[in-house]
Amino acid sequence: MTGITAQSILLVSVIKVVVLLFLVLTAVAYLVWFERKVAAHIQGRWGPYRVGPHGLLQPLADGVKFLLKEDTTPLGADRFLYFTAPVITLTLAISAIAMIPFGPASVRIFGVATPLVVANINVGLLAIFAMTSIGVYGVALAGWSSNSKYSLLGGLRSSAQMISYELSLTLSVVGILLLAGTFNLGELIARQDGFSWGFLPKWNLLNPTFPQVLGLFCYFVAAIAETNRAPFDLAEAESELVAGYHTEYSSFKFAMFFMGEYASMITVACLASILFLGGWLSPFPQTSGMDWTLYIPAGVLALSGFALIIDGVRHPPLGRIVLPLLGAALLALSFLCSRTGVIDDVQGPFWFLAKVLFVLFVYVWVRWTLPRFRYDQLMRFGWKVLFPLALLNVVLTSLAVVMRK
Amino acid sequence: MTAQLMIFLILAAIAVAGAVSVILQREPIHSAISLIAVMIALAGLFLLLESEFIAAIQIIVYAGAIMVLFVFVIMLLNARVEERTNMSRMARYVGIPLAIFLLIELAYQIGAATLSMTPQPATEGMTRGLSMLLFQDFVFPFELTSILILIAILGALVLAQRNEGVPPKRGQEKST
Amino acid sequence: MPISYYLALSATLFGLGVIGFIFKRNIITIFMSIELMLNAVNLAFIAFARALGQLQGQVFVFFVIVVAAAEAAVGLAIVIVIARNRQSLNVERINLLKL
Repeated sequence: MTGITAQSILLVSVIKVVVLLFLVLTAVAYLVWFERKVAAHIQGRWGPYRVGPHGLLQPLADGVKFLLKEDTTPLGADRFLYFTAPVITLTLAISAIAMIPFGPASVRIFGVATPLVVANINVGLLAIFAMTSIGVYGVALAGWSSNSKYSLLGGLRSSAQMISYELSLTLSVVGILLLAGTFNLGELIARQDGFSWGFLPKWNLLNPTFPQVLGLFCYFVAAIAETNRAPFDLAEAESELVAGYHTEYSSFKFAMFFMGEYASMITVACLASILFLGGWLSPFPQTSGMDWTLYIPAGVLALSGFALIIDGVRHPPLGRIVLPLLGAALLALSFLCSRTGVIDDVQGPFWFLAKVLFVLFVYVWVRWTLPRFRYDQLMRFGWKVLFPLALLNVVLTSLAVVMRK
Repeated sequence: MTAQLMIFLILAAIAVAGAVSVILQREPIHSAISLIAVMIALAGLFLLLESEFIAAIQIIVYAGAIMVLFVFVIMLLNARVEERTNMSRMARYVGIPLAIFLLIELAYQIGAATLSMTPQPATEGMTRGLSMLLFQDFVFPFELTSILILIAILGALVLAQRNEGVPPKRGQEKST
Repeated sequence: MPISYYLALSATLFGLGVIGFIFKRNIITIFMSIELMLNAVNLAFIAFARALGQLQGQVFVFFVIVVAAAEAAVGLAIVIVIARNRQSLNVERINLLKL
């Protein structure tokens, strides 16, 4: 272990943090594009199509718009809190992603082998919930500091909703903790390894002791309410209360709230796929007959590469060059992924990203399908339906665990 | 100057600055924010003392729920700057120096008296050991605190509700 | 990393809590100074738990946090009732039993 000094470990950590930050901010921007496209197709229209081929430059255009808008501060607003509230929201939403493991393998950067996670804390799950707890202040303080009735009411309602559903969120995860016995996220995924009856993966959703279906339902509903998304977005929807707690925010501060909401969506989706869907574990058993499943990532990349090339030639000049280039890059990546050195390392992150994308799709699907809850219906649902269900899940899981012993 | 000492000094500085700010701020909402900063710095200090679970509980429960309650009440009551009532001369010229002297004296004496204590490693894993203690030796206080929380919820509900008209008594008792 | 540093910090925070409790006039700020004192005591408990290698100190901190939550809930409910009846949060105005 020569050459591994404290400096090199620090350097590797800094590199991981920078890469993760870049990836998360890009993911947030393109999640907005993804949502607009899915929403549009659900509603029978195209969505962003003109700004760049297939609307792929739309997030860039939105970013430029946010940066160039006038930055106002309402009269009588509390300056310090008005500046700090969006910072709190965005910072905490992005920091929670630091705890998430993307894959099992160790990558060698500058000779130091590090796992694919920025911070492998022993109480990783509790740390993510801690960041969600403090995120309530971003909303409450934004409502208070804007010196406006709509903002104050919207802020109070949003933060009351967030703390009510936070309880069900943490309780719905206790079933998983009873089954696994650890808070460490990497350990939780490792406990879901294996296949019952040879073909059914032992993910927590299909756990042989007690399948956590109720847990996943409670978690998902509580997570939607926690991130203030439809159908629980009464406090910030466009047709209600003007815009709730971010009424008086413009330009980049509003963009920070917007990005914070999508970043916490990504965090919740990553956590759902780690806790309930097996994280970076493949759904196919790794027996000798199933060797072809190792080529699925390469196959997916190759397919999308071909699709981009074939579609690209039909576009006006910019698309005619960029899309086939992107397609060619994806084909090269897929070739790389089928080489023996890389193929094992690529499995983990690929399956993890596939599951996260699926959960995000369900998130967007639910938003554009279900009507909105009224505020009192929302609070009644959170306290009288979801919280007892989560408690029931804990009781049943502990019964199953005790009876198994 | 080890890394641990440096982190301790940074967190201690944040905690003391936050505590001073709680006292010196004029608006209650700013005092609340300073207190949240103190609690987060203390959670960091708990992490330094290798109690990760209590650090997480401190942030989730204390800074993330109790202080939210404080912030809600400040917002609901619209608590703003209080009007200035001048302190009596005794309070200003004798009280404040005495209070600061009390602080310095406490810190010095407690620090000096325990200078010989050195940290010893814990015998078993923290969360597991904590839960063993909580559910075996301390199970009676644990159950009592759950009843205490129930009483507190009921008390808060009863105290804070508005009595919009007491319903009239249903008839008088007939005397035989 | 000597434990006495943590204890000196705990004593400082406690002293600052006492100063806030005595000299401030707003009820909510006085309440927050009490919470500051409780936090200082939590730090002392954890420091001692580490110094003696036992975990009883941490169990006690757990209970202190729970009791502080219950106390904050009831105390703030009382503050709301007082503010509603006397229209002021200044302790110097809440000095008569009669409204």
